[in-house]
Amino acid sequence: MKPKIALFDFASCEGCQLQVVNLEMEIPTLLGLVDIVAFREAMTEASDDYAIAFVEGSITRESDIPRLKKIREHAQVLVALGACACTAGVNALKNKMGMDRVQTIVYGDKASLYETFPARPIHAVVPVDYQIPGCPIHKDEFVRVVQALLLGKKPEIPDYPVCVECKLQDNLCVYELGQKCLGPITRAGCGAWCPSNLDACEGCRGYISDPNKNGQADIMAKYGLSAEMIKKEFRLFNAYTEDSNEQ
Amino acid sequence: MSSENLSINVHHLTRVEGHGNIEVNLKKGTIEKCSWNVVEAPRFFEAFLQGRPYQEVNHITSRICGICSIGHQMASLKATEAAMGITISEQTRLLRKLLLHGENLQSHVLHTYFLVAPDFFGVGSVFPLVNTHKDVVLRALSLKKLANDLCDLVGGRTVHPIRCKVGGFTCLPKMSEMEQVRGRLEDARPEIDKTVDLFATLKIPAFVRETEYVALSSRSEYPLYEGELTSSDAGTFADAEYLKVTNEYCVPQSTAKYTRHKRESFMVGALARFNINHERLHPRAKKAAAALNLKAPCHNPFMISVAQVVELADSLEQALSLIDTILQKGLQEEALQVKPRAGRGVGIVEVPRGILFHDYTYDDQGEVVSANCIIPTNQNHANIQKDMEAFLPTILNQSPDAIRLNLEMLVRAYDPCISCSTHYLDVSFIE
Repeated sequence: MKPKIALFDFASCEGCQLQVVNLEMEIPTLLGLVDIVAFREAMTEASDDYAIAFVEGSITRESDIPRLKKIREHAQVLVALGACACTAGVNALKNKMGMDRVQTIVYGDKASLYETFPARPIHAVVPVDYQIPGCPIHKDEFVRVVQALLLGKKPEIPDYPVCVECKLQDNLCVYELGQKCLGPITRAGCGAWCPSNLDACEGCRGYISDPNKNGQADIMAKYGLSAEMIKKEFRLFNAYTEDSNEQ
Repeated sequence: MSSENLSINVHHLTRVEGHGNIEVNLKKGTIEKCSWNVVEAPRFFEAFLQGRPYQEVNHITSRICGICSIGHQMASLKATEAAMGITISEQTRLLRKLLLHGENLQSHVLHTYFLVAPDFFGVGSVFPLVNTHKDVVLRALSLKKLANDLCDLVGGRTVHPIRCKVGGFTCLPKMSEMEQVRGRLEDARPEIDKTVDLFATLKIPAFVRETEYVALSSRSEYPLYEGELTSSDAGTFADAEYLKVTNEYCVPQSTAKYTRHKRESFMVGALARFNINHERLHPRAKKAAAALNLKAPCHNPFMISVAQVVELADSLEQALSLIDTILQKGLQEEALQVKPRAGRGVGIVEVPRGILFHDYTYDDQGEVVSANCIIPTNQNHANIQKDMEAFLPTILNQSPDAIRLNLEMLVRAYDPCISCSTHYLDVSFIE
């Protein structure tokens, strides 16, 4: 029998599930290997009987928690899909602003109608087995993770920085173009997607497990930049991690 | 079978701009409740944009929606450039237009084939069609792949493009790649024709409710990237006057804001664009409209999907013509030179689901002071509500299953967002 997989989402843009749909000509092959039993972006049917759950999005309100816990109970393997699920992504940019303030900015005097709390990654609420980072996820990495899970292997996500992938591709360092890049401390696996398009890494895949922030500062010093100048960039996709490290 | 007493609860329809619920209550043949509710987790982009530097604003707002990320970036860049008085080159304008047509193609293929068509084949999703209608599925997948490859080529990535910057692009596609994608687009014409043939056979529910239509209009083209803000009731408006048209308001049953203008609701999207700009369609798209029996003005919201098929034909032709111009003129590296300055700017573009507004105010350091984004789906919520109120009384003589399916198809026709327009409308009949 084919393994049953399901896809779910919380606060997110659903771009990571779209990346799954964007597998395009590989979809018929995928459907030969697994049964998709719940995938709201594409199907009516929804079943609670699944072995592997992919969860996109951040947890941003009380009512999300029981729904996520139920998914965790049903799934033998839970995979966090994308930046919002793995690091809380851009959703956590609001976390330090004060919830009253963000609610009032968007909804004015109707603010009380809209329930919210500081955004959390999935692992802050339930145990997560594996993570596929990135904003959005890379299709090839999704395929690699599914292949590993089907073979009963542990999916491997790189734990070295994006700089390694830039070097392998012989990319021009974007610091040479006057940009501020988070590649030195950000987890690789995207093929240095942004620097290969001549744009700085924004850290969407989160930090490697032992980020060398001093090394990052040294590189910046070489280009006449101070660590202070990159503080805002740190927060873009990693505000939740930065705030947790402060505590 | 008719329904004297009926209670419908369409539960959580998770999606980018809204978890949607449909609630219907019928007692002794009288409608007591008929309501479209949006209960999505709000994400507060307009709040957390405050204080962010202009260079990353289009990358942040891109994350509002994975499927319209190109459109959000275009609206964002236009707003920032308007605020800072930046003019872009003709080359940048051509490439941005090309990106929007690529997005329109991939999004409309997804909606018409993956989300709408399964209803007409009597299945719950596109997946079983892989076995029963393999040619249809492969056609949809290859058209979608072509559109995404086009966006990858120009934007560096189709979901959350990398190369689009204030003032231009970080890097440019190679001419050989443009020529190759041009050939593939040309080869796709018969596939578009087959798409038209398929949708011409589908039985569209007959329902009519006149409403106001809002879209960009242009004298020279069927516009996505630029044009005049236009209402079918009230004519044209300057970009800066957009708030006069949108008039957002909060309603208790929805975490998405609603909008209204001359009437109690208005419609945006492919049908609104068609009603306002049909004369500007490419001859091949006009031919498609005739084959699909779509005539302006059309007041049947179920025809939105049909208008999307017409736009598939138009976007394919416009993409080809843009590529021809680019191939003829060539592409030159351009330095991105931006001097941030304080100011306010509005950016308006057409995205697959309708007209999109971004409005930013910057300080003299180029950091966001305030931001406002008005998304097509929000503008359609009130119209969906009013359509449901008008449509339900006309179908009460049908079975509960048929009523449910018709209401689902009405919401789905609006393509409110990739997920919300799917078949997840889990309707339960209590009585």
